[in-house]
Amino acid sequence: MGVILSVKNIVKVYPNGVVANKGVSLDVEEGTIHAIVGENGAGKTTLMKIVFGIEEAQEGQIFFKGKRIKIKNPYDAIKNGIGMVHQHFMLAQDLTVYENLLLGIEPKRGIFLNTKEAIEITKKVSNDYGLSVPFDKKIKDLPIGLRQRVEILKALIRNAELLILDEPTSVLTPQETEVLFNTLKTLKKSGKTIIFISHKLKEVLEIADKVTIMRDGKIVVTKDAKELNEHEIAYLMVGREISFERIPPNDKQGEVIFEAQNISFINEDNVKVLKGVSFKLKSYEILGLCGIEGNGQTELVEILTGLRRPLTGKILLKDKEITNLLPREIREKRVSHIPEDRMKDGVADRATVEENIIVDRYYKKSFSGRLLLKEKEIENHSNELIRKFNILTISSKNPVSSLSGGNIQKVVVARELSSNPLIIIADQPTRGIDVGSEELVHNLLKDARDNGAGIFLVSADLDEILKLSTRILVIYNGEIVKEFINHEGLTGRDLGPYMLGLKKEKDNG
Amino acid sequence: MDKYILKYFNLIRTIIAILIGVFICILIIFIISKDPQNGLRYFFLGPFSSAGRIGNVIEMASPIILCGLAISIPFQAEQFNVGAEGALFIAAAVTTGFGVSTSFPKIIHIPLMVLVAGGVGAIWGFIPGILKAKWKANELVITLMMNYVALYLSLYIINFHFRDKKAGFLVSYQLPKTAWFDQFIKNTRIHYGVLLTIVFIILVYILLYKTKLGYEIRMTGMNINFAKYGGINTFKVIVLSQVIGGFIAGIAGISEVMGIHRRFNWQGTPGYGWDGVVVAIIGRNHPILLAFASIFIAYLRVSGQVLNLMTDVPSEIVTIFESIIILLITAEAFLTQWKYKITLREAEKREVKIEPAS
Repeated sequence: MGVILSVKNIVKVYPNGVVANKGVSLDVEEGTIHAIVGENGAGKTTLMKIVFGIEEAQEGQIFFKGKRIKIKNPYDAIKNGIGMVHQHFMLAQDLTVYENLLLGIEPKRGIFLNTKEAIEITKKVSNDYGLSVPFDKKIKDLPIGLRQRVEILKALIRNAELLILDEPTSVLTPQETEVLFNTLKTLKKSGKTIIFISHKLKEVLEIADKVTIMRDGKIVVTKDAKELNEHEIAYLMVGREISFERIPPNDKQGEVIFEAQNISFINEDNVKVLKGVSFKLKSYEILGLCGIEGNGQTELVEILTGLRRPLTGKILLKDKEITNLLPREIREKRVSHIPEDRMKDGVADRATVEENIIVDRYYKKSFSGRLLLKEKEIENHSNELIRKFNILTISSKNPVSSLSGGNIQKVVVARELSSNPLIIIADQPTRGIDVGSEELVHNLLKDARDNGAGIFLVSADLDEILKLSTRILVIYNGEIVKEFINHEGLTGRDLGPYMLGLKKEKDNG
Repeated sequence: MDKYILKYFNLIRTIIAILIGVFICILIIFIISKDPQNGLRYFFLGPFSSAGRIGNVIEMASPIILCGLAISIPFQAEQFNVGAEGALFIAAAVTTGFGVSTSFPKIIHIPLMVLVAGGVGAIWGFIPGILKAKWKANELVITLMMNYVALYLSLYIINFHFRDKKAGFLVSYQLPKTAWFDQFIKNTRIHYGVLLTIVFIILVYILLYKTKLGYEIRMTGMNINFAKYGGINTFKVIVLSQVIGGFIAGIAGISEVMGIHRRFNWQGTPGYGWDGVVVAIIGRNHPILLAFASIFIAYLRVSGQVLNLMTDVPSEIVTIFESIIILLITAEAFLTQWKYKITLREAEKREVKIEPAS
């Protein structure tokens, strides 16, 4: 089979000076599933954004079906037969499925939408590829897996021959992933070409024909999937050996130091997002909370850390109630918080590294007098943390925005773990950072645990939950539906049905 | 070279904006003036032609600086407000009333005047601050409206209670001498209020960059979610930033009354509060930078007066000049393409250094 897409010598520099692609060349064969793997920041998403016209490259050429094409915007890409399913879906939440599918290419009768024809067109495409979707439901009422299917259909209706999927499984449960893979295999049979971006190695080996590994803006190698195994890919991706080993639990039997009792919460849209959540956290343990995003995790963490007030329920720290205390009062009781979204809550990106490190402690005696900040002490303390946590920055006075994602996260983690915490509430502590930093954060959490802290770990990454947790809670639709004691044989497949709400603790008896 | 351009990009950008403004003004003067050489000379050198005029620049810069400082504090907390004008006006009116109806020795009267003015301004700042912090009322709208309240309330106070009927104009009684900022440089109107301004530049600089409160203000402004998450009381910060701003704005007005007019002689707001917004933006809310911006604006104003007196060029040319500069400085996309190109070159150089082979 011939080459359908060929990119040559792509160079891309972002306005902040980051070189994301350093002369990338790649051939994708027609009718194959071609995986591109690499760490966050390796340049894989940038490369695909260039192919789809979201970003423009400074240098390089793109050939599609043997012809050189210029892609200035996504419209050009779609016209040429290239479709993309983004990591964050590009769908209108309040429109129905068929309205979304035909947005911009609606069949019309006079000035009105021809609803009947619209549904017929969508039905036909959906039947052709065996992808059923509820046509007249609104997007916001659909589960994530179906939304993704709508995105795929959207590209197919526009006659995409090459389909790019950016980290499609990062939002899916193992079960949904399986369904997606079947879809992709069907599409391959009908002659479509698929580019699959991922950093989950197991999946890549399961689905892909060819694998391209990127590191630091360059292509390391492109090989047949059959010739590779997980360890080899990991090694090529990171450039060194990394461990996937489960971290064994601490033998010490801790006592309960943190407890949530019957927490419920109703959000601004009048939806009850938490329905009586209770759990107990002991010292010397990591309690994992897993679930598909948007099942109440964010609100729960914000309530536990004082950023939101619960509707009902109590939070106890060593048997003392801390419900409704202010964030600072809770922090004073040695509760630290690694937030879900570091750019939204974890840092002020225009402020310096120093200023970001001291936000929870600037008012304490070691860092300020009655009025003035003690600049020398702040600088020394920051430099100490920069060394200890291996934060790559030119100086402690550089703005955080000049750091890479992994190093920004290290700033957050350094601050939260250096305050001698008793409780660590870690929400997505390694999201979007490179494997090296991820390993460092995991080890730091483990060390904190072994020193007697209790860690409440919230993560969408099942591998992370399974690697670190002593016990695992599964949250679905604002309720804890299952508790597992972590052990060697436990896998994502065991958690999946609970995450999807297909099973509940009581069903098991 | 490229590295320095990136480092001082904002400064270079400001200078280029000024040069473009200068160029356009030269062009206009050549078109409209019968004696363009003379026009140009007075336009650029007019403010330096006598000690009195240099004094004018400094004395005019003083209230602009104070208003700029007053605005920069809430601006740093990301509270976009225009309340300085109103705070300045009402504080000047109330304090004038206080000044003409009390008598103290100078050493007590002057500090009392300053504190009363600051207090009135602070109360005027507290209102939008608390409304914003408590009910998320938009501070821009509130301060804009409160400027009108301040205007008419002040005119009522002066015209109905403290009007000097013998003066022949709508002005207040003259302040007793004990409440005057005296002149201290011969042939100029530079008064002790100017020294007070310099003190405030330093104080605001220390407040913003050296104190705990300043840290809280800046963090709240840069990312309020981060500030809350870190435990900063953002409610307090929002209110205090407006209160401190109001305090300084209040002093801006009374300083001019005590140092120049010696009575309340405004029938409309003098506009220093608006200039304060402009210099705070040009100076990126930095007390020292905005002081320079204020002196520059004052220089332009004086050169406008000189033009009016000495040439056939109308003083409005100064407004054109000001507008061009403000437009170019506030237009964020201005010169970003250029910056991007330099960034690219720098990045390429960096990459080549790493791998000389490829």
